[in-house]
Amino acid sequence: MVDGQIPVEQYKTNNTKHKWDIKKLRSGHKILAEYNYKKRELQRGYANRTLYVNLSTRQIKEKPITEDMKKKFTGGRGFGLKLLWDSIKPTTRWNSEENELIITTGPLCGITQYPGSGKSLCLTISPSTNIICDSNVGGFFGPYLKFAGFDALEIQGKAKEDVVVVVDGEKAKITIETASKEETNSHLLNEQLTHMYATEDTDKSRQKISVVSTGTGAEHSWWGCLNFSFYDIRRKTPRMKQAGRGGLGTVLRDKKIKAIVAKVDKFTGVSNNPANPDTLTQVGTKLHKEIRDLDRHQCNMRTVGTGHLVEIMDAYDLLPTENYRFGSSPKASKIYSTEFYKLFTKIIPDGCWHGCTMACSKTVDGFTVMTGPYKGQKVTVDGPEYETIACGSNMSLWDPLWILEFNFYCDTYGLDTISTGTAIAFYMEMYEYDTLNKDRCDGLELRFGNAKAVLEFLHRIARGDKGDFIQVASKGVRRVKDWIIKNDWGDKQLVEDTGMESKGLEYSEYVTKESLAMQGGYGLTLKGPQHDEAWLIFMDMVNNAIPTFEDKAEALHYFPMWRTWFGLNGLCKLPWNDIEPANNAETDEPAKVPEHVQNYVDIQNAVTGWNVDKKELILQSERCYNWQRAMNVWMGRGRRKDDWIPYRSMGPATEKEYLSRKKRYDEQLVEKLGLSKKEVENMMVKEKIKILYDYRRDQYQKLADAVYYRRGWTPNGIPTPQKMKQLGMDDPKMLRMLQKKIDEDEKAGLNKWGGKYKKDEKPPSNDPRYWEKW
Amino acid sequence: MEKPKTVKILKFHPKRCNGCLECEKACSMVHFKTKKGGEQPAIRIFKKGNSYQMHVCDQRGLCIDMCPVGAITRKKNGIVWLDKNTCIGCQACVGFCPINAMRKSKARIEPFKCISCGACVRACPENALELVEVKIAGIREVVYHKPGV
Repeated sequence: MVDGQIPVEQYKTNNTKHKWDIKKLRSGHKILAEYNYKKRELQRGYANRTLYVNLSTRQIKEKPITEDMKKKFTGGRGFGLKLLWDSIKPTTRWNSEENELIITTGPLCGITQYPGSGKSLCLTISPSTNIICDSNVGGFFGPYLKFAGFDALEIQGKAKEDVVVVVDGEKAKITIETASKEETNSHLLNEQLTHMYATEDTDKSRQKISVVSTGTGAEHSWWGCLNFSFYDIRRKTPRMKQAGRGGLGTVLRDKKIKAIVAKVDKFTGVSNNPANPDTLTQVGTKLHKEIRDLDRHQCNMRTVGTGHLVEIMDAYDLLPTENYRFGSSPKASKIYSTEFYKLFTKIIPDGCWHGCTMACSKTVDGFTVMTGPYKGQKVTVDGPEYETIACGSNMSLWDPLWILEFNFYCDTYGLDTISTGTAIAFYMEMYEYDTLNKDRCDGLELRFGNAKAVLEFLHRIARGDKGDFIQVASKGVRRVKDWIIKNDWGDKQLVEDTGMESKGLEYSEYVTKESLAMQGGYGLTLKGPQHDEAWLIFMDMVNNAIPTFEDKAEALHYFPMWRTWFGLNGLCKLPWNDIEPANNAETDEPAKVPEHVQNYVDIQNAVTGWNVDKKELILQSERCYNWQRAMNVWMGRGRRKDDWIPYRSMGPATEKEYLSRKKRYDEQLVEKLGLSKKEVENMMVKEKIKILYDYRRDQYQKLADAVYYRRGWTPNGIPTPQKMKQLGMDDPKMLRMLQKKIDEDEKAGLNKWGGKYKKDEKPPSNDPRYWEKW
Repeated sequence: MEKPKTVKILKFHPKRCNGCLECEKACSMVHFKTKKGGEQPAIRIFKKGNSYQMHVCDQRGLCIDMCPVGAITRKKNGIVWLDKNTCIGCQACVGFCPINAMRKSKARIEPFKCISCGACVRACPENALELVEVKIAGIREVVYHKPGV
């Protein structure tokens, strides 16, 4: 296959082939509800309507999108937030009847000329955090949903038996159908449904189907992800991308949805009916050429995907190793991208949407499964991406094949690799301290590096094992922390400090100990510790480009807003800065990649016909970002205490960690805390840890102060009504709610800065109610 | 299907060219049913000093593996063919063509390219163009696939 120029039909993966009895599968399909709609062309990126499906009442209807909604919420995740605000209550939880699962697109979603333009944005109330979780994902579903006629799909209620929801853009018909006979696990289910719903028995026809599904792991854990399929005409299999974070797959199965299917008859490069297709092709082709010429010298995304980050993170002490205790390992070279490169299939246009020439969606084809129900079968493993490989290092798994095995089963069982890997790494550290042990772990020997135990853990979750440990552990780090503390099995503070979750969601895979800004990038977020809001480690730690609290706060304003913008439009973030123009370093603000920012201004105008500039892009985001935070406040969270992060992400929590980087920490005690070298030499490690502990925790509070101020929030982290009005978000119900919460905070004495400021230091404002003077 | 071993590609004799651009007009007629030339022929003739230069696809086929929907194939006669009914207009082939010979006109979203049809050869009053048969093995190029290379 390395030869290339092989006719599409002659590609081979050597995967185990399945022959499905489609007739038999179909016999389990009974139509519960049907809705016919009128086909109409998209207008400048918008379908101008959303689709509402209620599984309890079986109601299916269209909702119009108003110009006001576009102005305030832009699209994508913004539309999702508005739909949720109109449908849920502050008491809504993940398994409430009224909780919704929303899949949205965005006005730029589905263009093919600019790389990274096929993203769907999924929103729901997360089981892990009890607030909104938004997760973006590739695959064909988003574009097909829009080409079928809808900017968003909103699903409320619960079915009584397993169903599929079908959006048939060919027949202009929506159906809810029972689906009793299909598999549940994604790699098989997606294949079955793709074959079942394709109009003809051809690969071209199958490429016009996209399936959203999850797996049995999602049924029995809080880590359920959504698998979005994209049929690969060369591999002849529906590959998949994951909306991983926050348990969206868990919500899908709680609603008894086995899958959602979208189908289109035909689409072209201008199905979005852009205002100016020539600009789109010009800007898109310019980026294709940049990728062609520069990717091999920059990130090698086309050859190894995001896996190239492993060696970089290892080199900078940022690769999470043994539950984030360390940032590198002598063994790490075993899982560098060069090792996965040997396994990846080459020369296939590996974009998760058409036209994405970054092509980071690498796969290993013909992988022989080593354990579990599919043992011995040969399968396509989608990935691994950086985060999944880094879960390997975090669990101390240094064999690429075991990482592939972990990747394959997480995907097909519908488990988020990040939450699963981060949580297991924590359980392993607790196992090392005998806080957990074989007895407490239902017989599993969860020692660092025990790959077989990791896989057995996944299989037991997927089987719905009722053991105490499996039941608690499959709900994530936060629940296990509480369980350990309740049973008095370990040092409470150590448990709190080393379990890597914030807001109830597990961390993604970066060590943040030496970058205060990145600690904020994980903690001062809307949904929890995911790196999609800001990735500031190099700016902060390596280049020291944002030294002051004010600088860091500015970065923690701009970058989260900027990255939010991708989600409003249905775009991927990677083509923004994982490829850079050759002269980027010479520009005024290289971290922002100014030329690419202008590309995005140009393509949004080219599609929508608007005339916006780069400042307006940030404003679009700011409106939605603040709205989401306000909704968190409405739901009882979204305050300073909810933005707290475990100490392991701020500094060395244990002696082992301190000693592993002793020189660094000793020097900091001298340089940053003013101790003399002699004092430091004579101190016990425990004392030194304590001094750093107090210092770094206070630094984090001061960072939160600066960031809240920059974002126009109260000292307790609430977006002020004044800020909302400035942004044009004038919903009276929301403004009243925010004022009420602020008044409650005032009464409780919570409207005060969190940092301990010395005489020569100042909080962001002497007046903690500074916004009232606006 | 047995793979084609040879393909006809255009050969240019600059000394014979008088710069009349009849070839471009004939080519745009093939692709867009217009004699306008301009951005619509797959073949382009440029003046270089006192002489002329031809710019056209040489059927190396790197674009074949770039197409996400399999719209670009090597036909039985060896030429690299873009099926505009399958194409979804992503321009990946345009952006990645190492010699910029995959063309895009404002007239439609799908790109187009030389198909060695010979219309330009027939249109040239000076016999400056001819189709010559070459071995595919000698010209084929695959999109690179090694990190850093």
